[in-house]
Amino acid sequence: MKVFLDHASTTPLRPVAKQALLEGLGVSANPSSVHTLGQQTRHMLEDARDSIAKSLDCNRSEVIFNSGGTESDNQAIKGLYWQRNKDKDRKIIISAKTEHHAVLDTIEWLEKSQKAKPVWVDVDSRGELNYQQLETLISDHGDEIALISLMWANNETGVITDIQHVCQLAREQSIPVHSDAIAAAGHMPISFKDSGLAAMTVSGHKLGAPIGIAVLIVGRSVKLESLVHGGGQERAMRSGTMNYPLALSFAAALEESVEQLDWRERELGKLRDYLETKVAKLIPEVEFTTSGANRLQDNSHMIFPGCQGDSLLFLLDLAGVEVSTGSACQAGVIGPSHVLMAMGKTEEEANGCLRITLGYNSTKADVDAFLDAIESAYAGAKRAGMSAR
Amino acid sequence: MKVLAAMSGGVDSAVAAARAVEAGHDVVGVHLALSRMPGTLRTGSRGCCTIEDSMDAQRASNKLGIPFYVWDFSERFKQEVVDDFIAEYAAGRTPNPCMRCNERIKFAALLEKALALGFDAICTGHYASIEHDENGSPELHRSLEMAKDQSYVLGVLTTEQLQHAIFPLGKTASKDLIRLEADQRGLSVAKKPDSYDICFIPEGDTRDWLGDHLEAEPGKIVDQQGNELADHNGTIGYTIGQRKGLRIGRPAADGKPRYVLDIRPKEREVVVGPQDALEISELSGERFSWCGAAPENTDQWQPVDCQVRAHGDTVEAEMAIIDNQMKIRLRQPLIGVAPGQTAVVYQGTRVLGQTTIDETVSAQAANV
Repeated sequence: MKVFLDHASTTPLRPVAKQALLEGLGVSANPSSVHTLGQQTRHMLEDARDSIAKSLDCNRSEVIFNSGGTESDNQAIKGLYWQRNKDKDRKIIISAKTEHHAVLDTIEWLEKSQKAKPVWVDVDSRGELNYQQLETLISDHGDEIALISLMWANNETGVITDIQHVCQLAREQSIPVHSDAIAAAGHMPISFKDSGLAAMTVSGHKLGAPIGIAVLIVGRSVKLESLVHGGGQERAMRSGTMNYPLALSFAAALEESVEQLDWRERELGKLRDYLETKVAKLIPEVEFTTSGANRLQDNSHMIFPGCQGDSLLFLLDLAGVEVSTGSACQAGVIGPSHVLMAMGKTEEEANGCLRITLGYNSTKADVDAFLDAIESAYAGAKRAGMSAR
Repeated sequence: MKVLAAMSGGVDSAVAAARAVEAGHDVVGVHLALSRMPGTLRTGSRGCCTIEDSMDAQRASNKLGIPFYVWDFSERFKQEVVDDFIAEYAAGRTPNPCMRCNERIKFAALLEKALALGFDAICTGHYASIEHDENGSPELHRSLEMAKDQSYVLGVLTTEQLQHAIFPLGKTASKDLIRLEADQRGLSVAKKPDSYDICFIPEGDTRDWLGDHLEAEPGKIVDQQGNELADHNGTIGYTIGQRKGLRIGRPAADGKPRYVLDIRPKEREVVVGPQDALEISELSGERFSWCGAAPENTDQWQPVDCQVRAHGDTVEAEMAIIDNQMKIRLRQPLIGVAPGQTAVVYQGTRVLGQTTIDETVSAQAANV
């Protein structure tokens, strides 16, 4: 039997999302068509938009559908950067090295090809942002800043950013703030309206919708240059025929996620604490990376000293337990986590990390299966050692 | 047995893995990432090291229904193989990186990790065979397909390494049959071209690559008597046996072409001379090993065949261990053998052992 404890990579499709998808696939028409069938699919798309607006507490016109979180992050960052440089030179982009590569690499691309000047805010050893430094940066650079992009919750460690605070700091200089809220939406209460954000990314497959659908929430008064040009759909910010079956499915998954937030907070939090207490007893040398930080209740992030994450993953996988190191792969190679490196860990420490993420269908039996497997997996991985690198 | 199939992304290792599955082993496919910067998809992938090769290995594993993982050995590979390769050239020697990779990565680092993670053996697509003597001790033999025989690059393996190795292709009569089998099994790599070059030298030009990694130190081209004939821009531009591109200008006194006889990086000298001075009649090396059980009476000269290149001719010779060195006396001289190369000794089809060549004796000198 397989035990899945890697919800942060992709959450298993929720039954309500599957049902909504099938409903969408039952009708074929272009939502932009004028005829009755077209109106029918447009109706579906707009139902999805209403539902998502409600779930994220934003206006329906602020919901821009697109193909995924990476596209959303690209659209937000490049779009804001180009827009903000139209009337005046504003080259500085403030972000943090703990961001997802969809944000990091987009900013680095702007640096290489568009003269952007990235400024990175530090995080402490638990992964929490240095707000004092952020405040200083904002007052030092003021109107030279094109935008700020900081994630709502970290996809690897689950550490939460105080987005409202960030937006308050930015407001005085009228700096637009984007947040990649992919790990946070459906995992903790989110209100776009109250946040003060200019733009926010939310993706479907991290909360039980299929892969290939996301939204960028763009404040009504916010202007940003489009990445994709064409037929002018989605407020002309994202041209292309709208994928209403996926939008419906996404809306259903998000709605259910939001409905379950209390349960999540209560039950998954308990389950995560149970897991961490047991692991600490079984393997006392484990370091809980984000211990004490404000973090998502369904994420557990640990370092197993003296072994490589890929050996640990391999042995757990053979034992039927699917987890992750959380860090990005290139050609299947698990590199040291850039998030942990930003938190001041050594490459060796960053290589031996494990991320466990619980989800809507996680049970105590899943956690127990992990606990049954981890001791011998760790022993084996330690034997295999660090010799390979 | 629990078998780790090392899969480069080429046709040989894919068929080897397929045969291991068919033999009833519990097989897991592993691709070794040997470069920290695997780069992007490159056309004409080279049999290992690129993303495309990794994906080919993954597709083959999917097809065989076995789990697949990529393991990162890039740091170890850089230290043990790439840095060694550069250091050997800097010392005026000619290393064989594939051999180092087998010795220190595939059948050392990878094998250690595999054993620690619960595997019993490593399976590769090398063309060679493992037989067992009457005591059950493993012996390495040439493959049936002589044109592809890779026993030479496996000559560094020890008994323990052979005990944990499986080479399922050694008894196949030709590479064409392997490709046919791959095609029949629906493996997409069936027609993938063979890789010939050194995997970490992307453009295939060793001299050019070395030029980027070693400081060029200009010096003199001299004859055997030490007379200066010309300048050179660095000894790494030369290889023993090289005739073309010496740019000496004036011809030799006897009018015959001159060849590189010796490279002396410390003195920044390249020694040239006539072709017959390239003929080597004796070899010796301190770093030697036995491939399987050590032969008896190694202090006595015994008849062997000697091979000094991956796909070179073998010559009859005799071998003995004298003063802790493997000494090899060749019955017919070999041309252009450089220190740093590996001499593998055979008895019949069996690989007896190998040594990295430290010294060579010219046939002319031996005759004097």
